[in-house]
Amino acid sequence: MEERQIALEVKKVSKRFGQKQANKDVDLTVYRGEIHVVLGENGSGKTTLMNMISGIYFPDSGKIYVNGEETVIRSPKDAYDNKIGMVHQHYKLIELFSAAENIVLGMKDEEKYDINKINNRVSEIASKYGFIIDPKKKVYEMSISEKQTVEIIKVLYRNADLLILDEPTAVLTPQETQKLFDVLRHMKADGKSIILITHKLNEVMEISDRITILRKGEYIATVNTSETNENELTEMMVGKKITLNITRSDPVNPRTRIECKNLCCNSKEGLPVLKNVSFSVNGGEIFGIAGIAGSGQRELLESIAGLQPLTNGEIIFHNPKENRPVTFFHKNLKQIKELAKEHKFHYEDGSEVDLSGLRDSEITKLVNDEKILFNEDEIMNLRDKTPLQIRDLGVKLSFVPEDRLGMGLVGNMNLTDNMMLRSYRKGDSIFVNRKKPKHLAEEIVDELEVVTPGLSSPLRLMSGGNVQKVLVGREISSSPKVLMAAYPVRGLDINSSYLIYNLLNKQKETGTAVIFVGEDLDVLLGLCDRIMVINSGEVTGIVDARNITKQEVGILMTKVLTHDNQQEVTEEGGEANEGQQ
Amino acid sequence: MKVNNEKHNEPLIHLTRRAYMSPWKALGIRGIAIVASLIVSGIVAFILIEKLSANPERIFDFYKCFIDGSFSSEGMAWKFFKNVAILLCIALALTPAFRMRFWNIGAEGQVLMGMLGAIAVAKAGASLPNWLVLILMFLAAVLFGIVWAGIPALFKAFFNTNETLFTLMMNYVATYFVSYMLLVWVPSGNAMGIVNQDTHIGWLPTVIHNYFLIIMAVLILTGILFVYLNYTKHGYEISVVGESNNTARYIGINVKKVILRTMILSGALCGVAGFLMASGLDHSITSTSVNGQGFTAIMVSWLANFNPLIMIATSGLIVFLDMGGSKISEVFDVRGAMPNIIIGIILFFIIGCEFFIRYKINFRKKETVATNSNPEPVPVPVTDNQEANTEESNDEDEMPEIESSDEETNEETDEETNKKEDN
Repeated sequence: MEERQIALEVKKVSKRFGQKQANKDVDLTVYRGEIHVVLGENGSGKTTLMNMISGIYFPDSGKIYVNGEETVIRSPKDAYDNKIGMVHQHYKLIELFSAAENIVLGMKDEEKYDINKINNRVSEIASKYGFIIDPKKKVYEMSISEKQTVEIIKVLYRNADLLILDEPTAVLTPQETQKLFDVLRHMKADGKSIILITHKLNEVMEISDRITILRKGEYIATVNTSETNENELTEMMVGKKITLNITRSDPVNPRTRIECKNLCCNSKEGLPVLKNVSFSVNGGEIFGIAGIAGSGQRELLESIAGLQPLTNGEIIFHNPKENRPVTFFHKNLKQIKELAKEHKFHYEDGSEVDLSGLRDSEITKLVNDEKILFNEDEIMNLRDKTPLQIRDLGVKLSFVPEDRLGMGLVGNMNLTDNMMLRSYRKGDSIFVNRKKPKHLAEEIVDELEVVTPGLSSPLRLMSGGNVQKVLVGREISSSPKVLMAAYPVRGLDINSSYLIYNLLNKQKETGTAVIFVGEDLDVLLGLCDRIMVINSGEVTGIVDARNITKQEVGILMTKVLTHDNQQEVTEEGGEANEGQQ
Repeated sequence: MKVNNEKHNEPLIHLTRRAYMSPWKALGIRGIAIVASLIVSGIVAFILIEKLSANPERIFDFYKCFIDGSFSSEGMAWKFFKNVAILLCIALALTPAFRMRFWNIGAEGQVLMGMLGAIAVAKAGASLPNWLVLILMFLAAVLFGIVWAGIPALFKAFFNTNETLFTLMMNYVATYFVSYMLLVWVPSGNAMGIVNQDTHIGWLPTVIHNYFLIIMAVLILTGILFVYLNYTKHGYEISVVGESNNTARYIGINVKKVILRTMILSGALCGVAGFLMASGLDHSITSTSVNGQGFTAIMVSWLANFNPLIMIATSGLIVFLDMGGSKISEVFDVRGAMPNIIIGIILFFIIGCEFFIRYKINFRKKETVATNSNPEPVPVPVTDNQEANTEESNDEDEMPEIESSDEETNEETDEETNKKEDN
């Protein structure tokens, strides 16, 4: 390695966004003709680092050397001048233009106006590295992978020697990924340097020469791929276990509250994002969902909330009901007698029903007078129900969505109006009643120590943590039977985070089934009773959070399943769990 | 610690969005804008209007024209309030749709269709009692308005078509449909005469003054709409749908239903405006009867930030300037574009000052230009580093926000395309 030339060197680069230190003294060295993976969890600062190399952000401090010379990169154009090009996660193409037109767009090139020449040059580049592309094809007619090809050629057309690809495989099928890797190998052979961002450890092991690991914005290490393994990488990525001081009580009276069976759904692009997801959550427990962002967590919660159409599967909700009268609508006389023998029924005062020695007509009268009661969960299928229908069924389901101001709340409305979002329909009056929501808003501000300029100032003026407190406070206020929270502490400081954990714990103690989607494994392991790990829309394991290590969860998070061995792997997850016990 | 920023030139001016400004300060800025607009328009008028350049002392006449335009006589004042009422009525009609972020720019056509419906009933019902004809005219006008607004709403709700283009195009259809109906009614091609001139069937009765009923009706409508938008469940739903479709779905609002219901209301109110114009003012129709008020009303509604009560003031302002402009052309014997230039200048200032209320202008700080004399920069401890950077953190705060909103729009467009594909 030593004799290879250094293409790019980043030294002690830092970047801060307001309160958040996105990168702190990060180092990175990339050689010519290597594929270098930058690995890290969400929010570890990978994309920020790449954006500084490609000129989108300007570092607060630190230096960037290109081919050994100190270089100031102020804009993407500067980056191109230094032969650095980046392919972003979200493609930036003009749909109505052809591939070639998109590729030359923005170039100060006299040849720009000779479309035939450009087409030829694009084809030339494509054949050199093994791309398959029709330069005349319009972007709107292209598949995702073709669009990606256009983006990569766009960078190559500008003679970039260093390519940065931000999670290029996230949107590709396995076959397309293999094709992309072939192309990357060709480029590497041609002496180009490639920085690849990905979460998928198997891909990392397959394609990369060296790996740099970031964690929470800090540089951890750079290793040679040949000298490491997935376990070691996972440990570096997630870090050593930190003991968090979150109280965790044992589940109270766990009864199945919600059951999901074989949930499947597709993304906007038509790719499957949930594949046969099955699990059940009990009342009185916190059920964690771990996984790399975009593994289907959002779709999973939204499908339960009735916001995401499913292509397959059932969502069974067990609505706890007590003291429901027995009727002949569901059961005939014979069944009632039999069930009574099994001590299933009781009277209003709680004493058990004994039907022996009663005549049929007497029993009939008791039933018709609704004197015989029973406790039994009402079973409901929530599939294909709208949020309103779910509520009308009497299902108390609360949802703290990931997108606080885009979905859970309205930024331009004040606190009171945001409190009403869930409850404004109550009552027959055509007018909204702002008294109760206002009272609730005052209560939440008071109890959760929300810092706000006032009840009547728009929510968007409040800080992220306070906005989140408002959202969680509102969702809890309806005393839900199921509470789903997606990344409820994202962007919150330690104190606010603990406040939210305590709120979730309190809900658990009152018998609510809490579903908690988190990204910090320490928190998931410290807070939850059970954890389901999903990867690329598939369940890779459901484990007991009390008896599992971060590394084991980390491995499940990055494990890739083929459809034949899914069953096997789920069992393996169980074994890992047992092994710990 | 400016080593790395040596070549990093901050832009000379950059803008940041204000989080909040006290109402008094905002009012002050608006006041300054009005004064400035009067001074600038005076200067421009002085240069461009010959009669004014020759007689500088008449500059006060120039300003007086604005007052005289609307309030020189009792008759003029009635006319002023009538004009305000009609413009306000159309703006009221647009407001529910605008609150829903449904850009209905088809009021012109919707009002015209309302007028057509009313006139058709008045013509057909010449032998019926007046009160019955008025009721039928009202119903016909409302129905026509609803149909004209409902068609784009249906397409928006079910096919996610662009409502701006659609409602705009519907205006042209309405204009030519009226032209066609005029040819049917008056085959000679002459202008249509006053309907029922002798019997006054289908004419609003005169109470106190010809315009009194119209003005009162619109005032009542303003109050009702203010309550509807701010204090009812429907109004609340409109706001939520307007702010975020995702939030609306999340809390179980049927977005399609709200779009349709709100546009039906919007179209119905346009129909009411058409009815008032047909039965209370014109008693006739041409293809240009609405005279662009459907578009002016958009400005009225926007200027008032979609608040019906403030719209009384904004429609008043627009009509006041318009009538003042006419007076100027009369007094100073200028024609054509001159009064419009003056009105344009004044509106430019009044609307333009909103920019200063919403944004803060930051100039480049001098220190960033400072150069580093030390050729071999000494490594600086991290803590210093962070301190030095905090002063710039303001600018950088903006960065992730821009980034995130970018992503949001991406997602939105993705969703839209997805919807289209679904359909």
